[in-house]
Amino acid sequence: MTAIPRVLPALDETNTGFWTGGLSGELRICRCAACSHWIHPPAPVCRRCLSDDVHPTPVSGDAVVLSYTINRQQWTAEETAPYVVAIVELPEQPGLRLTTNIVDCHPGEVGAGMAVRVRFEEVEDVAIPVFSPVR
Amino acid sequence: MPPRQAHDAFVTGVGESDAGRALFRDPLDLAIEATRRAIDDAGLTRDDIDGIVVFRPDEGSAGALEIQDAMGLKVEWFAQCDVGPSQLSAVFEGCNAVGMGRARHVIAVHASNEGTMRARLGKGGSLPGAAQGMPDRIRGFQQWMLPFGAMSVVHMMAMYARCHMDRYGTTREQLGAVAMVERSNAALNPNAIYRDPLTLEEYLSARMIAEPLCLFDCDVPIDFGSAIVISRDDAARDTRRQPIRVEATSTSMRSRSSWDQFDDLTTMMMRDAGAALWEHTDYKPSDVDIAMLYDGFTFLVLNWLEALGFCDKGESGAFVEGGERISLTGDLPVNTNGGQLSAGRKHGWGYVPEACLQLWGDAGERQVPDQPATAAIGCGGGIFAGAMLLSRS
Repeated sequence: MTAIPRVLPALDETNTGFWTGGLSGELRICRCAACSHWIHPPAPVCRRCLSDDVHPTPVSGDAVVLSYTINRQQWTAEETAPYVVAIVELPEQPGLRLTTNIVDCHPGEVGAGMAVRVRFEEVEDVAIPVFSPVR
Repeated sequence: MPPRQAHDAFVTGVGESDAGRALFRDPLDLAIEATRRAIDDAGLTRDDIDGIVVFRPDEGSAGALEIQDAMGLKVEWFAQCDVGPSQLSAVFEGCNAVGMGRARHVIAVHASNEGTMRARLGKGGSLPGAAQGMPDRIRGFQQWMLPFGAMSVVHMMAMYARCHMDRYGTTREQLGAVAMVERSNAALNPNAIYRDPLTLEEYLSARMIAEPLCLFDCDVPIDFGSAIVISRDDAARDTRRQPIRVEATSTSMRSRSSWDQFDDLTTMMMRDAGAALWEHTDYKPSDVDIAMLYDGFTFLVLNWLEALGFCDKGESGAFVEGGERISLTGDLPVNTNGGQLSAGRKHGWGYVPEACLQLWGDAGERQVPDQPATAAIGCGGGIFAGAMLLSRS
């Protein structure tokens, strides 16, 4: 059995902060320096005030599971063990969320409201943020 | 306040090509078959068509220029659309063009060989509109999902369904009711893919794809072609059928177009498109006789029932419980031809033809009784949503 199938992102000016911050152990989310709004996915301007003074900024790495699903379908030529895709919400701003994987636990242990913390899986030039239960 | 809509577009003919799981026919071939059938259905000829608009989300679907050139069309207006306010983007554009008087008879077309493409690729999921294999590196909105093994929109839909179940107590049995009713309808549709009855036991014991969604919660990819003739008011009188008025269209997008940042995962964009539809008409949800609601997944039918106001928020599970209310003889027949779940995945292009056949009284064994006069269409899911109201006036 192989691990979660991962198609990697093409890195560009806008998304590099998010996809490589983990190489330094940091989850970086785009933030507006003018009004402090967090912007995800990263964009060239702030959605709230339209300032272009936006930069990838470290967050705490904490999150709470909002929803999840256990994948049971074989998507590639290799069989995979069941894995969890989840949407987690970050405490830094209401509605600030990531689609991610919940790892380091049995899929059956995952539930909405679960407290999790980020760690990174490095693949080629990218650090993919995944989340483990806080025990 | 949204702008007041002009009401000057009519559906005057529909046509669908032969459809199947893997026909090994080119999309252009399927497009032409559907187009010719639609033109014939309207009682028009090729030379009456002066506009063409095509939905072409990927390489596996026919393009506007190749159809125009192959069929020798002479047009004053044409367009080609990617997915926008759902896959019916091209139909909305066609209505807009006719309403502006840019053409008299527009043919709106979509044909795809997704069934054959999937058969050739073997295992492999895809996000909306992609009928090809996975690229090496991913750009755009898919980069926020594919790196996490969310290989298909089913993962997002499964998470939305989980939220709806957690918040409102929606059950798998209720999702199963949608699948079973549509399968019953498909039994009466000779062009449907799956026509054998589906029992609750079969549904509940089916293999899971992404929990809580199982095999029967998902539509079946096929090859198909679909075409619609959209006519201007004065031109509509020249056609064979009773013109069906496009009462209203809704393409509103008032919220974040994001699969995971959207403010309410239990509604998604259908909320905006559904609510806005009723701002453009004096009709109310209670006036609707039949509804064609996007069923790429069973759960989306529940989303649309709430979004279009056929029931209160959170009540869609109870609305479909047992299936009677949405059956052919129920209060609100839904997806009367078996939908995408059983008649095949047509990227939203089966709904307008089926609605029109029902309004024309031409739906054969699956005809809804008592001469339905008004149809609502809710197309799309997730961040893509568009709605229409059709009436046989």
